[in-house]
Amino acid sequence: MKKLINATDDVVVEALQGMEHAHPSLKVVYEPKYVVRGDAPVSGKVGIISGGGSGHEPMHGGFVGMGMLDAACPGEVFTSPTPDQMLEATKAVDGGAGVLHIVKNYTGDVLNFEMAAELAAADDIDVEAVVIDDDVAVQDSSFTAGRRGVGATVLAEKICGAAAEAGRDLAAVKELCERVNANGRSMGMALTSCTVPAAGKPTFELGDDEMEIGIGIHGEPGRERRPVATAAEVAKMLVDPILTDLPYAEGEKALVFVNSMGGTPLIELYIIYNEVAKILAEHGIEVARNLIGPYITSLEMQGCSVTLLKLDDEMTELWDAPVNTPGLRWGA
Amino acid sequence: MANGTTVTVDDLVAWVHRFSEVITEHADELTQLDSAIGDADHGTNMRRGCRAAVDALAAAEPGDITGFGRAIAMKVISTVGGASGPLYGSFFLALGTTGGSASEMDAAGTVAALKAGVEAIRTRGKAEPGDKTMLDALLPAIAAMEGSLDNGGSLADALQAGTTAAEEGMRATIPMLARKGRASYLGERSIGHQDPGATSSWLLVRSAAETLAA
Ligand SMILES: Nc1ncnc2c1ncn2[C@@H]1O[C@H](COP(=O)(O)OP(=O)(O)OP(=O)(O)O)[C@@H](O)[C@H]1O
Ligand SMILES: [Mg+2]
Repeated sequence: MKKLINATDDVVVEALQGMEHAHPSLKVVYEPKYVVRGDAPVSGKVGIISGGGSGHEPMHGGFVGMGMLDAACPGEVFTSPTPDQMLEATKAVDGGAGVLHIVKNYTGDVLNFEMAAELAAADDIDVEAVVIDDDVAVQDSSFTAGRRGVGATVLAEKICGAAAEAGRDLAAVKELCERVNANGRSMGMALTSCTVPAAGKPTFELGDDEMEIGIGIHGEPGRERRPVATAAEVAKMLVDPILTDLPYAEGEKALVFVNSMGGTPLIELYIIYNEVAKILAEHGIEVARNLIGPYITSLEMQGCSVTLLKLDDEMTELWDAPVNTPGLRWGA
Repeated sequence: MANGTTVTVDDLVAWVHRFSEVITEHADELTQLDSAIGDADHGTNMRRGCRAAVDALAAAEPGDITGFGRAIAMKVISTVGGASGPLYGSFFLALGTTGGSASEMDAAGTVAALKAGVEAIRTRGKAEPGDKTMLDALLPAIAAMEGSLDNGGSLADALQAGTTAAEEGMRATIPMLARKGRASYLGERSIGHQDPGATSSWLLVRSAAETLAA
């Protein structure tokens, strides 16, 4: 394993220390761990927190700030954070208007956030939770853990953050978050695996001429292994299942989010974006907004994911609203 | 007591010490299993949590079963993380609540407390037998313990029967299709791999047999 670290046990804490030095507008609490807006709690504003395993940077800590999250709870690499973190973060951001938990659908995250919400309710804080499950690679069924939460999480955090900033109440922000989830779909692929620092070796082996289709964001193997293909073919493998799952009518608008898993450079993301745009044009789908870059990563994995969000005017307006976080910033 | 054995808080603490030892010994293997069908962290999670639990018990010096359950549950929940943190945490919390303010339990009480713990895992995680989770080791273990006591077995017999059943249950997860947890994302590809959580659960039962009726 080759990594720019000091000791595997210190990875999360030292990265947080770096964030703290780099971004004075944020506050980092270490016992228990969470990253919070320096001006929290914002009185009268719905607080929004998210959290999950580390290794997906900039998500979630990098999305804390004006117009997005109020706090983020980082777990160990690829491991859910714990209820004590979520409870303290919830208290820290409660400005009297309640707190929304944006939870990615992984058993660990769901169970830990559930316990945190029970504890917060006991402290008389109004907490609502929305579970994001946008990954079409996973067959959905009520008998299973269901779909994973991936790219749509970033979009939900941005759009709901803007809504909270605009003064909407908890019920409205929650409804919006559910709407983003219902209209967002993602699919990811990997060219390489990644190495969890504590494990020391790649989570799975991929031959030089192989790729995994339908991966999540934790270095887990996907649904099928295939010979490597061209960007055009890969784009099709990612977009087709999304459009099958959530068809678009001619003229409907989409936000296209092409995300790097960490190791794939921007030049390749643009090639994929170009191919995605062609496919959408064939379907008569208007690409109204886009986001291209590493936003929800899987350590150093090479690969990408595509998320399509079917936009309405309200979501578009909230997407365009100012945001000022380490990972996403415009208009502010 | 009915079967000639009582389990004290000290025995329970010894159990956690033993569990932490075997988890540490098997941590790489658990992580290995988790890298086949999960995210390669189960051993690391459990080792971190068990060590913290041992320290927490030393600091808390619980005087009764409930105190034991609470001290370890809170630590496990706040240090293990992942899915197994809240699940094992709920296990110890319910075990402690069922044991109550007594400072010792008889054989039937011990098995009842273990059963309450396993039921709490089932309630929290909403998994069913055959879903390829820790429950596939734990539910058969409890059934075997109850069967053993019903047939006049001692606590040592019951825990031994439980260990055997847990081990069989753990092996039986290999051909199962995962329906809960991360492994479920793999669909058919989860078949042919032993569930990491069922493996740590077998170690939990085995270390109980080594300590509680000793
Ligand atoms: N719903 C559930 N009910 C019971 N056991 C479960 C459930 N989901 C997962 N498990 C058990 O948890 C084990 C995995 O635990 P682990 O500590 O690796 O957490 P994880 O799933 O990786 O969590 P995270 O997603 O936060 O990393 C599985 O092997 C399985 O036995
Ligand atoms: Mg795991």
